Amino acid sequence: MVDWTDAEKSTISAVWGKVDINEVGPLALASVLVVYPWTQRYFGSFGDVSTAAAIMGNPKVAAHGKVVCGALDKAVKNMGNILATYKSLSETHANKLFVDPDNFRVLADVLTIVIAAKFGAAFTPEIQATWQKFMKVVVAAMGSRYF
Amino acid sequence: MSLTAKDKSVVKAFWGKISGKADVIGAEALGRMLTAYPQTKTYFSHWADLSPGSAPVKKHGTVIMGAIGNAVGVIDDLVGGLSALSDLHAFKLRVDPGNFKILSHNILVTLAIHFPGDFTPEVHIAVDKFLAALSAALADKYR
Repeated sequence: MVDWTDAEKSTISAVWGKVDINEVGPLALASVLVVYPWTQRYFGSFGDVSTAAAIMGNPKVAAHGKVVCGALDKAVKNMGNILATYKSLSETHANKLFVDPDNFRVLADVLTIVIAAKFGAAFTPEIQATWQKFMKVVVAAMGSRYF
Repeated sequence: MSLTAKDKSVVKAFWGKISGKADVIGAEALGRMLTAYPQTKTYFSHWADLSPGSAPVKKHGTVIMGAIGNAVGVIDDLVGGLSALSDLHAFKLRVDPGNFKILSHNILVTLAIHFPGDFTPEVHIAVDKFLAALSAALADKYR
């Protein structure tokens, strides 16, 4: 799908290498549910998501945040082949979970903000640019099986 | 998605905290936007240097954050308060309004970097809503 330069590949791996999935995953998903409350429509079985505090402390949200972030690991490990890597995940979200694909972009943007907060100034504009390019490809691949 | 009283008070309180660094935030957000979303560079072809930290980027970042700070002051009537700026963007600058969302995202990234402790999810949603309402007010005169 994309020909990454060596610099881009190493930037993306370096960023991902410093991300603690167990911390960032739950925080990113919880933030999506707080900042864009309509996304809660997909999590009816998750229990109490009635307030920001409830969402941030909800164990099911946290667990699912780790699942979602864990799936990103596949993209980092298969950077040259993200489209094929996410084919069945895209189909599942389209045909079984019925998730609006715009949510992938929303999650990518919030994840970028969470990572920026963690990394601080080390998340330079250039690193942000490369990371967001990677997010754009992941988002496109996740939306690729929606017809 | 109109701003509730709580949104407005959260935004005002947060803006009070960041106002000392507003120029730095503005310059950085603009630099990040130009770097991460290169299509936005098309509006600044008249600048010699579009890199983050360059003189024109710093200067313009100050202008933008100053205007956003003023918008916090007119948060109860953004359309009225931003009317002249909307005219400017609609008829003179003719910036595609899709770009307001892009700059807003980069402002959020920059705020998160500089104020990680204060930029809680509650602040995130209030500021995101405020920037969206501001963007709509800025686009008000477009057609």
